[in-house]
Amino acid sequence: MSSSNSHRKSLTRESAIPLWRDERALTAAAQVISAIIFIGALIWVGVNLLEAAKQRGLSLGFDFINDPAGFPISEAVIPYDDSYTFGTAFLVGLLNTLKISIIGIVLATVLGTIVGLARLSTNWLVSRIALAYIELHRNIPLLVLLFIWYFAIFNKLPPTQESLEVPGLLYINQRGLYLSWPRLTETGSLFAVSLLVGLILAIIAWIYLRRLRKRSGHSTYYAGVSIAIILMSVVLGLALSEWQPLWIDTPVFEGFNFTGGLRLTPEFTALLVGLVMYTAAFIAEVVRGGIQAVDLGQTEAAKAVGLKQMQTLGLVIIPQAMRVIIPPLISQFLNLTKNTSLALAIGYADLFNVGRIMINQAGRAVPIFGMIMVTYLIISLITSLILNIYNRKIQISEKSA
Amino acid sequence: MTDSGSTQPESANIRPPSPPKLLVWLRRNLFNSWPNSVLTLLAVGSIYFVGRAVLEWAFFTADWRPVTNNPMLYLVGQYPRDQIWRVGASLLLVSFLTGMSWGEWRGIMRTFAMLLAGGLAVLGIIPAGGQMGSLAVHVFFLINVPVIFLGFLLGSRKFVTGSWVLGGWLFSFLVIPFLLRGIGDGTVLPTVETSLWGGLLVTLILAVGGILLSFPLGVLLALGRRSSLPVIKIFCVMFIEGIRGVPLVTILFMSSIILALFLPPDLRIDRLVRALIGMTIFSAAYTAENVRGGLQAVPAGQIEAAKAVGLNNFQTTLLVVLPQALRAVIPAIVGQFISLFKDTTLAIIVAINELLNIGKSILQSDVEFLQLQLEVYVFIAAVFWVLCYLMSFASRRLETALGIGER
Repeated sequence: MSSSNSHRKSLTRESAIPLWRDERALTAAAQVISAIIFIGALIWVGVNLLEAAKQRGLSLGFDFINDPAGFPISEAVIPYDDSYTFGTAFLVGLLNTLKISIIGIVLATVLGTIVGLARLSTNWLVSRIALAYIELHRNIPLLVLLFIWYFAIFNKLPPTQESLEVPGLLYINQRGLYLSWPRLTETGSLFAVSLLVGLILAIIAWIYLRRLRKRSGHSTYYAGVSIAIILMSVVLGLALSEWQPLWIDTPVFEGFNFTGGLRLTPEFTALLVGLVMYTAAFIAEVVRGGIQAVDLGQTEAAKAVGLKQMQTLGLVIIPQAMRVIIPPLISQFLNLTKNTSLALAIGYADLFNVGRIMINQAGRAVPIFGMIMVTYLIISLITSLILNIYNRKIQISEKSA
Repeated sequence: MTDSGSTQPESANIRPPSPPKLLVWLRRNLFNSWPNSVLTLLAVGSIYFVGRAVLEWAFFTADWRPVTNNPMLYLVGQYPRDQIWRVGASLLLVSFLTGMSWGEWRGIMRTFAMLLAGGLAVLGIIPAGGQMGSLAVHVFFLINVPVIFLGFLLGSRKFVTGSWVLGGWLFSFLVIPFLLRGIGDGTVLPTVETSLWGGLLVTLILAVGGILLSFPLGVLLALGRRSSLPVIKIFCVMFIEGIRGVPLVTILFMSSIILALFLPPDLRIDRLVRALIGMTIFSAAYTAENVRGGLQAVPAGQIEAAKAVGLNNFQTTLLVVLPQALRAVIPAIVGQFISLFKDTTLAIIVAINELLNIGKSILQSDVEFLQLQLEVYVFIAAVFWVLCYLMSFASRRLETALGIGER
């Protein structure tokens, strides 16, 4: 730009530039024309939509939100039956999506890290097994894997009477997965509150004491103090809850079915297993790439300044690897969240599946579809916002280091 | 090591006799420490049990009839069998052009041509049931192999230039849809409705069509995103981020069901085309991001140099920036093609008869097949695995050939 400006100034007869060759005029014209085309297309689409809505008697309003939904949802985190409103139904779908995303992200990260480390193992066989796992999952469509898990495996499990079982702990059958699960007793909430307060205090102490150490240069025993706070809160909580904070809810076979315990539906379990195993393969590659990106010289330098093995790992290798790992890792998390929409194919009641039933029930394709899209967009935008903040933070620390 | 030692007698005298290579390798890679030895034994044990179970299932327990009875369904779906020559002719055209590209450009195209020839030869040789078992089909698949070499011979001739080959590809992409569907009202070629198309044919149409159609759109979006004009830039950013922020399922659903509401009521779009529009829009947003990466990789000096020799903005972009940027993104585009190829399975949700959906309907076509989900889906998974693995193998070779990733 600057070069063309100076070029223009050097011309003796500036006014002689014809309008169609004047860059400023052309730019302005291009702006106006593109804006007209863009807005014109929007208007055209809008008019068509209104026309179609009038013809087919579709309504475009959101007033249906408070009407009773009139359809059941197989699993819900919040209380729901078919007398609740469409709004509640949508919320149930959103919470189901968030539930499976969060659990899936945690499990996929753990499994992916294990596979990624196994890939780097000096043991040839272990490394090859990890490679086989990664290649197997990366080259097969997720939907096909989900079909195998759901239709060919979870639907073929034995009936309740012949459950596969780890007695007292885990029962697997056609109706799903039944787990023994710890639940809070009546006094247990005191224990939970005490533990939570302890954790928060421990984190505050950790951050404060670490900062103090950085400023003063003296040892502040931040790890010891934090652990002591947590231990104290545990003991206090146990005392408050009369030493009975938890009881184990064990599934029991009664009549034809299991009662008690934590039940995971076959749909949820199949989707979770499929998503976790698929995403773990991608996370494994991210983890491997991140660790390999740390220069070997860093390890040698850390040893040379006298850091111990654990210190080398914790203070030198992991922080640098994390810098490479976190951005692609978060985009894998986002992929997993978006892939939960495949729930539709196997009947788990996620956001998209519930939304689709709502469209059939309420007959409001456009507004409901808009709600679905905007919800996914908000999830994505929040995630990329977090990613951007993280990236900026890393860049700053890089400069100050 | 032992060989080089034996040629130099002096060092051989100093060294103790070295143990066999295999043992050295085993000790170094599998038994170099106690924990590693335990791991190795555990791994061998699990490989043995898993492998035995899988092999026993595949060779003794599994009932492969839904796969072997009529493999033609997986290839073309319900495409009328008396018109099947049209699919065959399209394949011959593609084979010939692949051969020509090999002759013209060599390098990576050789890998692609070899993979295609090998795959078709395998299809021609293996025995198959149903309509696939007929001699004509076997001969047809085998004929493709010499056709590829014929294309190679033609492509190697001096007078055949790259623009011939490119023109040939363009011609084929324009002709094949008409060849498959029929021209006009069906007087010349009987019309075959797209609802009858299916299997790998539709999977490939969605993937290849999606990536090709999305490419120009993606390049425009990428240029628009870097534009200095705010209106264009904002529109492009909104489009790219909006599409990338939602799952493909929702986009397919939108293009198949909601899109009709936004268009004039008398405009009826074919179901397969609607799905293809969805795939294209989705793919365009990702292509745009890939191309943007390529654009950023073009050094600023190139643009300044282009300006200095008097090229205008348009010429600079078309003649200097894009050729360099696009060359850098070829591997990324191949990677995107592979994931788009896998994503075509999602079209099952809008009732397109792609490979997975064909598998599903075969299961329901016969009472005896109803419980054979594992066999059918494992077969489909294997088909995808082989194709995707070969493509990523080719794309790795492409990366080496282009020297990308070497810094």
